[in-house]
Amino acid sequence: MKISTTDLRIDRRAFLKVSLLTSGALVVGVGYGSSSRAKSLDNSAWAPNLYVRIEPDGKVTIVSKNPEAGQGVKTAFPMVVAECLNVDWKDVSVEQAPLDDRYGRQVIGGSRGTPDGWDDLRIAGTAACELLKSAAALQWGVPVSECEGVRGSVIHEVSGRTVAYENLLEAAALLPVPEVSELKLKNRPSEFSLLGTFVPGVDNPEIVTGAPMFGCDTRLDGMLYAVYEKCPVFGGKVRNANVDRIRSQPGVTHAFVVPGTDDQNGLLPGVAIVADTWWAAHSARKQLRVDWETSHTDSSEDYERQAQALASEAGDTLRADGDVDRALDESRRIVEATYYYPFVSHANMEPQNCTARLFESGRLELWAPSQNPRSGRELISRTLGIPEKQIHVNLTRIGGGFGRRLRNDFMVECAWIAREVGRPVQLQWSREDDIRHDFYRPAAWHHFTAGIDGDGRMVAFDHHFITFGRNGNTVSGAGLSPNHYPAGLVPNFRLRQSLVNTNVPTGPWRSPGHSAYCWAYQSFFDEVAYAAERDQLVFRLDLLSRSFGKPPLDLERTRGTLKLAARKAGWGQRELGPDRGMGMAFHFDHGGFVSHVAEVAADGANVSVEKVYSGVDVGPVLNLSGARNQVEGAVVDALSTAQLEITFANGAAQQNNFDDYELLRVNQAPEIQSHFIQSDNSPSGLGEPPIAAATPAISNAIFAATGERIRELPFSRSGIVV
Amino acid sequence: MGVVTLNINGADHSIDVPSDMPLLWALRDILNLTGTKYSCGIGTCGTCTVLVNGVPMRSCVMPAMGATGAEITTIEGLDPTGNHPVQRAWNDEDVPQCGYCQGGQILAASALIARNPNPGDDDIDNAMSGVLCRCGTYPRIRKAIKRAAKYASNDGGES
Repeated sequence: MKISTTDLRIDRRAFLKVSLLTSGALVVGVGYGSSSRAKSLDNSAWAPNLYVRIEPDGKVTIVSKNPEAGQGVKTAFPMVVAECLNVDWKDVSVEQAPLDDRYGRQVIGGSRGTPDGWDDLRIAGTAACELLKSAAALQWGVPVSECEGVRGSVIHEVSGRTVAYENLLEAAALLPVPEVSELKLKNRPSEFSLLGTFVPGVDNPEIVTGAPMFGCDTRLDGMLYAVYEKCPVFGGKVRNANVDRIRSQPGVTHAFVVPGTDDQNGLLPGVAIVADTWWAAHSARKQLRVDWETSHTDSSEDYERQAQALASEAGDTLRADGDVDRALDESRRIVEATYYYPFVSHANMEPQNCTARLFESGRLELWAPSQNPRSGRELISRTLGIPEKQIHVNLTRIGGGFGRRLRNDFMVECAWIAREVGRPVQLQWSREDDIRHDFYRPAAWHHFTAGIDGDGRMVAFDHHFITFGRNGNTVSGAGLSPNHYPAGLVPNFRLRQSLVNTNVPTGPWRSPGHSAYCWAYQSFFDEVAYAAERDQLVFRLDLLSRSFGKPPLDLERTRGTLKLAARKAGWGQRELGPDRGMGMAFHFDHGGFVSHVAEVAADGANVSVEKVYSGVDVGPVLNLSGARNQVEGAVVDALSTAQLEITFANGAAQQNNFDDYELLRVNQAPEIQSHFIQSDNSPSGLGEPPIAAATPAISNAIFAATGERIRELPFSRSGIVV
Repeated sequence: MGVVTLNINGADHSIDVPSDMPLLWALRDILNLTGTKYSCGIGTCGTCTVLVNGVPMRSCVMPAMGATGAEITTIEGLDPTGNHPVQRAWNDEDVPQCGYCQGGQILAASALIARNPNPGDDDIDNAMSGVLCRCGTYPRIRKAIKRAAKYASNDGGES
C-alpha cells in the first residue's frame, strides 16, 4: 500500500504493439518487457498493461484490468484515452478484463489506479492518434505535422480534407510502431479539453435501472445458494455440528463441515449450508448447533489493561533525532496528551459474496467482487489443490471495497463449497458474518509529549505509539512509518513503539494507518498551537516551513492545500458567533495532499457538522465529478467512522449489524466544498488521500465550538453526539 | 410453502414461497430480479427498499405473502429506460459511487418527489435518512433530489 514519488515519473520503458484483428479493429497495446512479469500465456515477455481497440464502426474500447468499486476509474480512464486520441469520450467504453496473468498487477488498492494508468492510457491514446495521422498523411501525400486528430477524424486543414479514423485502421496497422520516447504526451491541465470537466459515471444508466452488475447479482443455471457459519471466536474449530438435522430443513440440499486451515487469511473452519434459495439456507442456519473448540479470549478490556501497563515502559525506539529529553527540559512549555482510537470494520454495503462453478473438466470458474483476485486464485489453488491455470476468475463490480476485499476468504470458502456440491453455488455472507469476520482496522494509543520554545515553535516531540502485534511483529494495518511527520519537521524527535498482543484478524482500511493516526497527530498539534497561543493556521504553516533532514512530505504542496482550504473557509476572516467553531488539519498519503477546514455548530454536546472546505492537490484532476465524489465520500466516511467502534469480548467481536454499528445517515452529513490545485504534477489517486485529515479537522472544530478536546474515538466517549 | 401472486412492475407473477420468505429473496432468488439488494436483513439500512403501492418499504423484513394484492415497484420497474426524473437527476448529478445502495435511494427519492413536488432540506433528510450509503453520496443525493423536483415540474408534474 506504499507509493513513492518515483512511481509518478513517466515510464519510458513502455513499448507498444499494434495489430489488426480479423474483425478489422486496430489494437494498440501498451506493455512492459520486464522479465519479472514474463508469465504471459503466449510465453513471450510481453505484458500488456492496457489495450485500446478502435472498431471498424469508430467505437473505441479500452480493456480495463481492474474492476470498479466506486473509485471512478471506469469513467476517468476512457476520458484520458479520449483526450489523447481526440475522439468524443462517449465513443470510448471500458471492457472489464477477467483475471489474466498477461495484465500484470490487477489490484484495487493504494490509490494506484490513476498513477499506474496515467502513462499507459496517454501512451495508447497518443500512439493510436499518431498512427492514424501518419496513415492519412501518407494517403494524401502531405506532411504528418500538418494533420490533426479532431473528434474521431484526421483533418488536413490546408487542403480541407478529412478522413474518419475508422477508414484508416488497416493502413495504420501497416505503419511502423511509434517509439514511446518520441510521443508527445499531454501533461498539463492547460492542454486538456475533456480532462478536468464534470463527467457522470459511465455505468450510471445501469445503476439507476438496477441492471445486474455486482458479484451477488450473478445468476447461473442450476445455481444453489450457500451460507457459511464460522466460529464467532476467532481461531475456533468445529468439533461437530448437527448437519444431519440441517439437511432435513426445507429447501436445504447440502450441509457439511469444512475442516478449514490455520491460515487466518484463508479458509476458516466452519459449516456450509446449501439450499435452493438463500433464505432457505439462512433459515436452516437458525437450527444449526455447532460445538466449537476455541482457545482465544481476546477482549477490549484486556487490550486496555495491556496498553496501560506498556505505557510506563520505554518501548522500542524506532527513530531518534536530536536530544528529545534535553529539548523538553529546555522548553518554555510542555504539552502532554494521550489519544486513543478503536478497532473499526469496513462495512461494505455489499456483504462479502462469491459465485463458483466447478466443471467436470476440473476447471473452476468464479465471479468475485475482489480487490485482489490474483491472491484469491493463489489461495484457492493452495487450499483446494487446483492448479492456478484451471481457475478462471471473472471480476464483477464491487459494492464497496475500502480494503476489505484485498482479502479473499469469501472466494476460497465459495470454491470449497462449490467443489463439495458439484453444482454452481453462490455464497452470500449475512451482514452479521460480514461485521463479525472482518479484517479490522486496528486500534492504537498515542502518548505524545511536545516542547514549545520561546518563539512558540514545537521543538521537541516524543511519541510512544502503542499498537497491536503478534509474535513481536505489528499486525496487518497496525504499523507507523518512523519517517512520518512530524519526524523531520521538529529538530528533536523520538518515536517509540510497544505492541499489545492480539489474535483478532486485522488489515488495511481505506488509507491504512493514515486514516487513524492522522487524527491523533493533528488533534495534538491543535493542543500544542493553543498552548503556544498561536493561530492554528499560522502554527501549521510554520511547522511546514522548515525541515530537519529529509522532509517527510512536500512542504510547499502541503502548505498550498492548507492555505486553499483556509481561504475558502474564510479562516480568521469572519465572526462565527457563539457555540460555533472551525478546525483544520493537513495530510499527505498515497501521493495526494489534502487539507480540510470543518465548521460546526454546537448545542451543548449535540454537534452539527455543517460545512467542510477541502483543499486538494493530486496534480491535474481527471474527472471533476469523480474527484469531488471521492472527497465528499471520504469526509462522510471520516465523520461516520469517528462514531463507530468494534469491541471484543471472549475472543469474538461484539457488534453484529447496522443497529449496533450505525453508519452516518444523510441528515448528519455536512455540506462539502472541494477545491483543487490543478498543478502540473502527475496525477495521483483520490480514493484514500481525502479521508485522513477530515476526522481531526472535525474534532478540532468541535473543540473550538465546545471546549471539549476529543482524545478518544468514537466521539461518544467524549459525550459528543453528531 | 404456498403459491402467491405478486404484482411486480405491472406484471403478475405466481410463485411458490415459504410463508416467512421476505419479499427481497422472492425477488432475488425466485424471480431473479437482482436490482433489489440485500445488505442488513433487519430493516435498518434501506438498501432493499421497494415501493409498495408507492410507499417505500424494506423488502428484507416484509414477507412476500404480505405483498399480495399490492403494486410492487422495484428499481427495474421505476422506468426501465432510465427517464424517470429521479433517475435522470441521479445521472446528471453523478450520485453513484459503488452504486450498491442507489436503487433503494432512488426509489425512496421517487416516493418523496411524488408526494412533495418541492422538497426542502429537512424534507429530504426525513425522507432519505432511512437509506444508508457507505460511500457517502449524501451531499449529491440532496442535490439530485432538488434537481429531480425541477425535472418533474418541467415534465408537467409527472413523477
